[in-house]
Amino acid sequence: MADLRSDFLGIKSPNPFWLASAPPTDRETNVVRAYEAGWGGVVWKTLGEDPHVVNVNGPRYGAIHGADRQLIGFNNIELISDRSLQTNLQEIKKVKQEWPDRALVVSLMVPVREESWKAIVPLVEDTGADGIELNFGCPHGMSERGMGSAIGQDPEYIENIARWCKQSTRMPVIVKLTPNITDIRQPARAARAGGADAVSLINTINSIMGVDLDRMAPSPNTDGKGSHGGYCGPAVKPIALNMVAEIARNAETSDIPISAIGGISTWRDAVEFITMGAGNVQVCTAAMTYGFKIIEEMIDGLSNWMDEKGYSSTDQFKGAAVSNIVDWQYLNMNYVAKAVIDQDKCIKCGRCHIACEDTSHQAITNMKDGERYFEVKNEECVGCNLCACVCPVADCIEMVQMTEGTDPRTDKPIVAEYANWTTHPNNPGAVS
Amino acid sequence: MGNTSNTQGISSGRLDAGQYKQNFDDIHSPLDSHQASVEASRCYFCFDAPCMTACPTSIDIPLFIRQIATGDTTGSAETIFQQNIMGGMCARVCPTETLCEEACVRNECEEKPVKIGLLQRFATDSYMDKDRHPFQRKAETGKHVAVVGAGPAGLSCAHRLAAMGHEVTVYDAREKSGGLNEFGIASYKSTNNFAQAEVNFILSVGGIKIENNTALGSDIELDALRQDFDAVFLGMGMGGVNNLNLAGEDMDGVMNAIDYIADLRQASDFSSLPVGRRVVVIGGGMTAVDIAVQTKLLGAEDVTLVYRRGQDQMKASVYEQQLANIKGVKIVQWAMPAELISEDNVVRAIRFDYATTDDQGKLVATGEQFELAADMVFKAIGQKFINSVFGDSESPDLNNNRMVVGDDRKTSLSNVWAGGDCIDGGEDLTVAAVEDGKVAAMSIDQYLKTDS
Ligand SMILES: Cc1cc2nc3c(=O)[nH]c(=O)nc-3n(C[C@H](O)[C@H](O)[C@H](O)COP(=O)(O)OP(=O)(O)OC[C@H]3O[C@@H](n4cnc5c(N)ncnc54)[C@H](O)[C@@H]3O)c2cc1C
Ligand SMILES: Cc1cc2nc3c(=O)[nH]c(=O)nc-3n(C[C@H](O)[C@H](O)[C@H](O)COP(=O)(O)O)c2cc1C
Ligand code: SF4
Repeated sequence: MADLRSDFLGIKSPNPFWLASAPPTDRETNVVRAYEAGWGGVVWKTLGEDPHVVNVNGPRYGAIHGADRQLIGFNNIELISDRSLQTNLQEIKKVKQEWPDRALVVSLMVPVREESWKAIVPLVEDTGADGIELNFGCPHGMSERGMGSAIGQDPEYIENIARWCKQSTRMPVIVKLTPNITDIRQPARAARAGGADAVSLINTINSIMGVDLDRMAPSPNTDGKGSHGGYCGPAVKPIALNMVAEIARNAETSDIPISAIGGISTWRDAVEFITMGAGNVQVCTAAMTYGFKIIEEMIDGLSNWMDEKGYSSTDQFKGAAVSNIVDWQYLNMNYVAKAVIDQDKCIKCGRCHIACEDTSHQAITNMKDGERYFEVKNEECVGCNLCACVCPVADCIEMVQMTEGTDPRTDKPIVAEYANWTTHPNNPGAVS
Repeated sequence: MGNTSNTQGISSGRLDAGQYKQNFDDIHSPLDSHQASVEASRCYFCFDAPCMTACPTSIDIPLFIRQIATGDTTGSAETIFQQNIMGGMCARVCPTETLCEEACVRNECEEKPVKIGLLQRFATDSYMDKDRHPFQRKAETGKHVAVVGAGPAGLSCAHRLAAMGHEVTVYDAREKSGGLNEFGIASYKSTNNFAQAEVNFILSVGGIKIENNTALGSDIELDALRQDFDAVFLGMGMGGVNNLNLAGEDMDGVMNAIDYIADLRQASDFSSLPVGRRVVVIGGGMTAVDIAVQTKLLGAEDVTLVYRRGQDQMKASVYEQQLANIKGVKIVQWAMPAELISEDNVVRAIRFDYATTDDQGKLVATGEQFELAADMVFKAIGQKFINSVFGDSESPDLNNNRMVVGDDRKTSLSNVWAGGDCIDGGEDLTVAAVEDGKVAAMSIDQYLKTDS
């Protein structure tokens, strides 16, 4: 049985699954329930200065649904903790005492003043919490007040605040990054420069979920008006994965420990983030959708997968996929793949045909001897993978590499050597 | 103490009121909007969709389902009505298990097709619940077409012609329009007087006049119609019934399934219908299943359906056969009626020969026999076209005693078209009749534009 114990910045937890700072970690009741369910750790819902903020009394959440109302994307306009600092600190202290083996990190957000940060950090340290996470990510409400993502978008602020915090505590400091930015490596570098121990990402993405066509207002809305909110859930996973990868594969940032967040809903999502360099993972939307019980599937799935693959600790595959993320120009131009349709699995819906016919390369038939029949024409197929993407049956269409002969589309011989764009004859800037 | 299922002989009121209501309620409850949206999301929006090919009226099924999924229920219904103005009835009565749903690619992976029929019902019901019509009638052309028969074929034809701006007069022998939708279809498929609601919906396009109680062959003649109108469409269905050719077929208790079903469909109170304690049905098609199931639902204790060949040859689909089984009907195969046994000219039993096929595939008696006690024997071995309706008029060519038509549903007569059950090769399905009427209307429209 694989050992799932996790050590992130010296913060120990029985497994690498933490709950991200959000409603699931808003109060003692929730956190205790989460620990009871088996979560390895939590990042407590972000604390701020008193007087505490207040939330709207109308809808805070919106969602994008897939077929059968599966929740695909989630959005919120919730602010940071709307309870007094003292209440939170007391609960944190009590919970940490009662659950010493679980990670408990406290998320913080106060105005950009040295004294504010230096005042709150020791209060947290007194609770016995394991670490702090600086919320530079919240993209709604708090950002209008010069906090949250307003900070995360300014490397200088990030660096300064990280430094103030490091100066005032022995606890590890994690900087939580906003994805509402063009180059995620810059805030990561700033965090590092300020002395932060790690980054966590992503926080939520600015979004408007839809328009209520009867009220001509965003949906959901509060009394007919809506504000942009933070987007998260399964839909943001690819964005988060890319941002994690950018940090992990960039020489200047590659040694920064990463706590990965964003759309993690299953053990497999978690493994993917770890292979992309994450030290542990945080979950919010999946827990808000299904409750804390999903941790059972996550722990079990991770453990079984590791056993199957022969891994005994998560460190053994941490970052394993990072070196395979490269810039486009280094992709092998000599690699040729063709789509192959497994006729035994094909249900003859014809979606591959019409997708390729209308929007790709007219490379799939639709008839043979007067019967519906879908087959790839190798002389037209560019290997783009569209057909496999739209096929409703898993593994029915596969992209198979050509290893010898001639590509019937280009009439060029298949060669085994690697060759990329940097030397390609069509590249005006090619180096020979 | 009232009657029960085992009250001897023939009697009415075998069940209590609640039981009748339950028995004759919708056989498939309609989908609510949540169920419809879940089901609609199962559709793959196939290219050149097999379901669409399988639908005799070629409804664009992937499109109408996508419209449901995206919340455009109105557009969805319009997509359906564009091809099939009786989309509402067809959603209730089509044997989808042998049509669109049989072709659904979901059968390949999950053996569970998208519930196309129920989705179609969802869309059309939502549309018809509001007072509106999907077609805007074109400017009047001044042409006038006679349609004989206000069943699915005739009404479909009349509707399409009217929509194209022609004036239509429909003649029907019966006092009510709708054909077998009104007088034949099983009660639990068409509840709440849907057939009449649909007739009104169709007529609301404008330009159609119906003359009920007017029969071709007695009240009107084909030659005269051809003179008085620019074109004629014949959709009389099949008025006649095949006989068993046994001695004593006119004895009490032996009856045509069709006639009994018509009474049942018109009954305002099911408890008033007399039904036997022991019922024997002879036949293997939809009518046989329908009479068997409905007599069972009326409270008959024992209902046996006897068919002379095997399960595969039964015209009733496997699904229909299973329905009969579930409702408690016993199905006996490979047996053909040999003798009606009576007492005082009232049927008491019927004797059957076990049957098999000989080397040439011809049906022969095995020599073994059995007898079934019966208070009622229903003949459901097919209907036939009554060709005497042509009287002294010139008759269109017939084959197998049904009218011969081309792909355009035109008969051998210069300005006469035909469709539905009365044509040769007809499939005896509501949806096929609707398609015939529509195709004929397009051909008539073409003819009216060019040839006259
Ligand atoms: C018991 C039963 C159950 C059935 N169940 C189903 C089912 O579940 N699903 C399905 O798809 N199909 C079913 N069918 C078949 C379906 O009802 C027919 O195929 C369809 O109704 C044919 O339509 P039509 O317009 O050709 O004829 P009909 O519906 O028979 O209509 C013919 C019309 O013409 C009128 N008419 C007849 N003679 C004259 C005349 N001389 N002058 C003027 N008018 C005349 C009649 O009064 C009638 O209104 C069933 C049939 C029966 C008998
Ligand atoms: C309702 C809600 C409230 C949130 N509040 C906070 C918060 O107070 N502090 C914070 O750092 N992130 C907050 N987040 C962001 C989450 O911690 C997390 O970064 C984001 O939801 C992405 O993860 P997910 O896709 O697993 O939900 C909140 C998210 C949601 C949905
Ligand atoms: S891989 Fe692309 S080009 Fe090739 S068949 Fe599939 S869709 Fe067409």
